[in-house]
Amino acid sequence: MSIYFILTQLGQGFLTTILIFILTLLFSLPLGLVVSFGRMSKIFLIRTISKFYISIMRGTPLMLQLIVVFFAPYYVFGLQMGSSFRFTAVIVAFVLNYAAYFAEIYRGGIESMPVGQYEACKVLGFSKAQTFIRIILPQVFKRILPPLTNETITLVKDTSLAFVLSVVEMFTTAKQIAASETTMLPLMIAGVFYYVFNLIVALGLERIENSLNYYR
Amino acid sequence: MKILEIKNMKKSFGNLEVLKGISLSVNEGEVLSIIGPSGSGKSTILRCATMLDHMDEGDLLYLDEYAAKSTQGGKSIYSSKQDLKRIRKNFGLVFQNFNLFPHYSVLKNITEAPILVDGISKKEAELRAQSLLDKLGLADKSDAFPYQLSGGQQQRVSIARALALQPKLLFFDEPTSALDPELTSEVLKVIKELAEEKMTMVIVTHEMQFAKELSDRIIFIEDGIIQVEGSSKEIFNTDNARLKEFIGKFGHK
Ligand SMILES: Nc1ncnc2c1ncn2[C@@H]1O[C@H](COP(=O)(O)OP(=O)(O)O)[C@@H](O)[C@H]1O
Ligand SMILES: [Mg+2]
Repeated sequence: MSIYFILTQLGQGFLTTILIFILTLLFSLPLGLVVSFGRMSKIFLIRTISKFYISIMRGTPLMLQLIVVFFAPYYVFGLQMGSSFRFTAVIVAFVLNYAAYFAEIYRGGIESMPVGQYEACKVLGFSKAQTFIRIILPQVFKRILPPLTNETITLVKDTSLAFVLSVVEMFTTAKQIAASETTMLPLMIAGVFYYVFNLIVALGLERIENSLNYYR
Repeated sequence: MKILEIKNMKKSFGNLEVLKGISLSVNEGEVLSIIGPSGSGKSTILRCATMLDHMDEGDLLYLDEYAAKSTQGGKSIYSSKQDLKRIRKNFGLVFQNFNLFPHYSVLKNITEAPILVDGISKKEAELRAQSLLDKLGLADKSDAFPYQLSGGQQQRVSIARALALQPKLLFFDEPTSALDPELTSEVLKVIKELAEEKMTMVIVTHEMQFAKELSDRIIFIEDGIIQVEGSSKEIFNTDNARLKEFIGKFGHK
């Protein structure tokens, strides 16, 4: 079995993995902020719902959530979903799950901000939106970058979970090939891929962290 | 002209009655100092006057316009959001611990509010900021970040930040008590220069010598009420036993 054959077989899986990663971050980072606002809301009902949501998402396995999202349209609403729904389901489940984790990270960061920053803004006449977007959020982002980095690296590994819904994902492909050709090579290549993928993500995050080192 | 007027201000935190009816007014060009033991409610007066906290009862006026007005029962009712926004432009506040924005350069710390709040151009805001920095002896610091500055420099930047909005009245809450003694004098000097330019100021301070030299009037507060009010001379030649003891304690530090 040639390396070329293995790589083309695995290629689609690589791409899907990267796509899951990017789309998850793209949607769950903003959604997490919204959920964290809900979690800190003065309105009891909103706060309770957000708390419940976060606790379910963090308290049950991501794999179970994937399965639920995938089968919910059929079993709950009786809808027959096309095969393209598989990918959508994976993204939806990942986004919902990661938003919950990110929400708690945001909340920790926002609550750690000294009240003096808000007070200075208020006396200077900034609106609430100006205060949050220009003064609070940039500082929060710097503060939460380490836990955000951890979560992002976990996400890289979690993308392999997508195989439960048989999205053509890398490990899936690697396993199929490995089984039929009885060689370890595809699995090793998959391993190398994840390692390199992780490395690139970690380096990228480190760069972001360094770029924020201009102040303390 | 009265810039600030407070009538019968009362404020409690839970069961703790911190302000039990404070009345004071500040005329244009006047420097009023507030002295008193720690925990006597000095910061609370400033926080209520700057509307960081809401008082329970009493009136608060800037330039004869009500920011808050007590009703029949005494409870203060605040003016509409829009009115308060406009009224807020009358004053600035310098905090004990500066509260500069750490992610902004010195220049941006100063220009952000004039640009966002007053809507002046970036260019004009920067010119204004630079001239303030020159005046406060920070001409070469405009590109520095707060963490790169000494406490005294940071406090001068925060004064510049407040002045950039051209307030009619500037409040100071113990502007030097977070500073080492050797850094205190550079901040006090700046405040003195402002006084010479007839900037209207309300200053909470433990620096007795400074208050004595600078103030047109001084208020001694204890137990949530104004115990003694008078000119600098009257305060420092007082017969009031508590005030005498207090000045004795802080005067010779
Ligand atoms: N947010 C608050 N909650 C509860 N108590 C407070 C609060 N702010 C101030 N206090 C209390 O009010 C009293 C006066 O405080 P403060 O005005 O800060 O005094 P000063 O500035 O004269 O030292 C103190 O006993 C303080 O503990
Ligand atoms: Mg105080």
